[in-house]
Amino acid sequence: SCGDKQEWKDKGHAASLCLVPVSLCPPTSLSWCRGSAWTQLQGLKSSSLLLFSGPEIHFILLFSRQGKLRLQKWYTTLPEKEKKKITREIVQIILARNQKTSSFVDWKDLKLVYKRYASLYFCCAIEDQDNELLTLEVVHRYVELLDRYFGNVCELDIIFNFEKAYFILDEFIMGGEVQETSKKSAVKAMEDSDMLQETVEEYMNKPAF
Amino acid sequence: MHLVKRRKSKEAEIKRINKELANIRSKFKGDKALDGYSKKKYVCKLLFIFLLGHDIDFGHMEAVNLLSSNRYTEKQIGYLFISVLVNSNSELIRLINNAIKNDLASRNPTFMGLALHCIANVGSREMAEAFAGEIPKILVAGDTMDSVKQSAALCLLRLYRTSPDLVPMGDWTSRVVHLLNDQHLGVVTAATSLITTLAQKNPEEFKTSVSLAVSRLSRIVTSASTDLQDYTYYFVPAPWLSVKLLRLLQCYPPPEDPAVRGRLTECLETILNKAQEPPKSKKVQHSNAKNAVLFEAISLIIHHDSEPNLLVRACNQLGQFLQHRETNLRYLALESMCTLASSEFSHEAVKTHIETVINALKTERDVSVRQRAVDLLYAMCDRSNAQQIVAEMLNYLETADYSIREEIVLKVAILAEKYAVDYTWYVDTILNLIRIAGDYVSEEVWYRVIQIVINRDDVQGYAAKTVFEALQAPACHENLVKVGGYILGEFGNLIAGDPRSSPLIQFNLLHSKFHLCSVPTRALLLSTYIKFVNLFPEIKTTIQDVLRSDSQLKNADVELQQRAVEYLRLSTIASTDILATVLEEMPPFPERESSILAKLKKKKGPGTVTDLEEIKKERSSDMNGSAEPASVNASAVSTPSPSADLLGLGAAPLTNSAPPPASSGSLLVDVFSDSASAVAPLAPGSDDNFASPDLASSEVVSEEPADTVHDADELFHKFVCKNNGVLFENQLLQIGLKSEFRQNLGRMFIFYGNKTSTQFLNFTPTVICSDDLQSSLNLQTKPVDPTVDGGAQVQQVVNIECVSDFMEAPILNIQFRYGGTFQNLSVKLPITLNKFFQPTEMSSQDFFQRWKQLSNPKQEVQNIFKAKHPMDAEITKAKIIGFGSALLEEVDPNPANFVGAGIIHTKTTQIGCLLRLEPNLQAQMYRLTLRTSKEAVSQRLCELLSEQF
Repeated sequence: SCGDKQEWKDKGHAASLCLVPVSLCPPTSLSWCRGSAWTQLQGLKSSSLLLFSGPEIHFILLFSRQGKLRLQKWYTTLPEKEKKKITREIVQIILARNQKTSSFVDWKDLKLVYKRYASLYFCCAIEDQDNELLTLEVVHRYVELLDRYFGNVCELDIIFNFEKAYFILDEFIMGGEVQETSKKSAVKAMEDSDMLQETVEEYMNKPAF
Repeated sequence: MHLVKRRKSKEAEIKRINKELANIRSKFKGDKALDGYSKKKYVCKLLFIFLLGHDIDFGHMEAVNLLSSNRYTEKQIGYLFISVLVNSNSELIRLINNAIKNDLASRNPTFMGLALHCIANVGSREMAEAFAGEIPKILVAGDTMDSVKQSAALCLLRLYRTSPDLVPMGDWTSRVVHLLNDQHLGVVTAATSLITTLAQKNPEEFKTSVSLAVSRLSRIVTSASTDLQDYTYYFVPAPWLSVKLLRLLQCYPPPEDPAVRGRLTECLETILNKAQEPPKSKKVQHSNAKNAVLFEAISLIIHHDSEPNLLVRACNQLGQFLQHRETNLRYLALESMCTLASSEFSHEAVKTHIETVINALKTERDVSVRQRAVDLLYAMCDRSNAQQIVAEMLNYLETADYSIREEIVLKVAILAEKYAVDYTWYVDTILNLIRIAGDYVSEEVWYRVIQIVINRDDVQGYAAKTVFEALQAPACHENLVKVGGYILGEFGNLIAGDPRSSPLIQFNLLHSKFHLCSVPTRALLLSTYIKFVNLFPEIKTTIQDVLRSDSQLKNADVELQQRAVEYLRLSTIASTDILATVLEEMPPFPERESSILAKLKKKKGPGTVTDLEEIKKERSSDMNGSAEPASVNASAVSTPSPSADLLGLGAAPLTNSAPPPASSGSLLVDVFSDSASAVAPLAPGSDDNFASPDLASSEVVSEEPADTVHDADELFHKFVCKNNGVLFENQLLQIGLKSEFRQNLGRMFIFYGNKTSTQFLNFTPTVICSDDLQSSLNLQTKPVDPTVDGGAQVQQVVNIECVSDFMEAPILNIQFRYGGTFQNLSVKLPITLNKFFQPTEMSSQDFFQRWKQLSNPKQEVQNIFKAKHPMDAEITKAKIIGFGSALLEEVDPNPANFVGAGIIHTKTTQIGCLLRLEPNLQAQMYRLTLRTSKEAVSQRLCELLSEQF
């Protein structure tokens, strides 16, 4: 069932498709965002005196090369409609970027840091002054954790064991801040909880009626 | 789920899901109570469906029920559902809170972890109300497990961000700080995040974290790569913790304790050194983690902005990255350099990379990187390179990505204005902007060019000629028509002598564009036409014919119709005199800060721009005018009263095509109040802190020892109202100052920068006080290292004590050997009496009472002098504040006058000072009156302050 599996493994900087040149993005897509809307949404103070006022990571999105959202984690409170709008916009922006570009995109008052692993894009939105390179390694460490747990993780693992993907993320990051950077500790926490739990897939595959 | 998995089409999927939803709904509503297992199963299905992108509007209650299950698996799914799907729905929150409360009290670390995660995930105010008091206890309790401590720290952080008012400060805060010493690095990491955020808002309370953070950081950076075991990431010891500690330190100024400060400097040096070592692994994870720490260290160095050596090293390091093959590093280097460019210690060093940055703009394939290059060029721009940078930006604009064009346009417009030596260049630049990227030229930009042309009569003829030529193009942007229409309407007469641009030709040219333009532009052109009637009576009938045509008089747009009717009527009935009065040339706009800056700030949001502007503001203020929204009233045009028309006509083009004046007005006020509250004075003439051509040419480096004092009085005077900046500069040497004063004491940091690549030998700066001065001013300096390496900077501290009031300034004499020749120069050190001012606020009554008490003729000194700079009230206020006295509002019965009060502190006495400055705009004169209890003090303060306006 995991056809993508071989492809998936450790293709840190795998070549990607260039779907649409960046310059063909509608001109409004970026200029719209810089305004105060974002700031208002989050109730952030726009004073520059308050450095690092928000969480380290505002949200994390995982989506496929086809633009299908596979996992979303929000560390700031936003209405559902807004989340959908943002997701659509970001997926579009990132899919439109070609390879060889940097892993960083300015977006509203935030910065998107993303990386592709095989068929899946991992994207974090961080504060402008936050550490971009370390965010890339947050993503990498998360992929390592998934990999360690699933053993050669692939996109389908994340689709069908989505709750595991969330639990692993929770062990690693909380409220947008890195909680436990030790791979051992995070994985151990997962395994402990698994002692108590059969896989969801198992009973989800039973007929519902 | 497998049913959903292999859907053939979107419709099939939706159909399948709806069926499934209906099924689950019926299960939940069924008579038979579901067991925990089934509940979990269906809740999980709902989650899955939600994550596929479908809306879920039920199941919340079942999820909440799962929370109270004793089975871990059920509880976990319940919490997941809640954290993904629950917003602050008040009904449920109460139930959820109950379940959480139980789990927190359970003392089962796994359950506590789940509960804390849920609080952090939802993070609502209700949750903060319920748990903000409880979590600190869990955090600092001695028997809490490490993993729970980590969760508690971050959970508390989330609540503090949501509702800081609900998190009580107390005993726990000092115990949290000590978590920085914890054995468990995971706990330290989580605690550091919490402390950083708390420290930003309560710096005093968390001050002790600085030394703890420094020693922790020091232990990490000096550890061997295996020491930290699982916290070593690809051979980099604890990168996450290192970065967090470095961020925590960015909440504070450099540590005061010399030992701590020394240790931190060592850490930063070690991090910089490591960047030069060969990598321990070829993996990108290794270099990313290592460089993440390096960039954070550089941020801290820039934040402290006090160690010139580190700043220069940081700049060199970033310079290396500018050419790195990794795009990410080039991007980050450009970004980091932007902030370095705003430090006066490293501005020059950043400027040396200009060619690389321009090249990046031309060759980088990634728009994000090019955008950073634009930002950096903007940040490094000063008078010496403005022409080059503006030319390159214009060049780039031709092919720039649409997404960043507007921003580039704003930046070009600002730079062109700020560094215009020659206003013809400015006009050319803006017209080029309109030509290349007309769509992205916002109203602020074209308003601004008009304001400047109106305020500068030396450029009006040129502007008229240039717009006239630009309008010849068969297709020109509507913004050009607006600018052209406005400028020709005001100054068309200046080029009418040339038969190639006779009045009729001008009119026909403009009118040929009329039909292609939007309503606001047409309205503007109609105003131009009526202005032409006044400027060129010979084409009056032609214009009247146009106004009279059906397409005008019967235009469907009410505004256009009204203008046509009124203008036609006006041109027919009014005498030449009345016409000349009504249609007189626009008066100059009041000089203020650019509205474009406001726009850019708004666009960029907080952050870099603001910081930059603080610096730039100090450097420049000469042509700050802005659209004056007052007196501009759209309805005025349609008012029948001729006197109202007078206003309306003149200002019509500004309003009618403009967005609501109120909004631009408030923007202006914002910017304006920024600059007014900035203590740094806006002294024109001090606009260039860095190498300016006139400085370089007036150098007095001489081969034979000469005792001539460097006659840079102007530079000396610019320091009267400010404390930081560049005091002297020639081809060899740059001297920068930073100083602070409190009561009768002060400290001045002098920075000597060797601009050459050769060592200075026997470098001896000496501060000299005349005998007179020695008795009233105590100066202590330490000798500096006699060797100054090429490109290096050394620092000297002068401790200052004011014993009694004094007149002269100390002299700074510098002798050194450079390439075999002996150099000797002297500059006045700007330590002036007013530095020992303490501002005094007082009421109007108190002021006048004291004023009267000081009425002895010897106590008053008065000076009447001609204004040397534009008479701008806000700049004047800023200068009076920068001078050190309090600025007293609403004291003087005449609001145009400025009144100040303060006390000069010397060791022996304190001298109360009152001042009054009366501007006379017509005569462009000032009268300055000083009253103090001591004649000499009045005299000296009056001299110093008179030079400022």
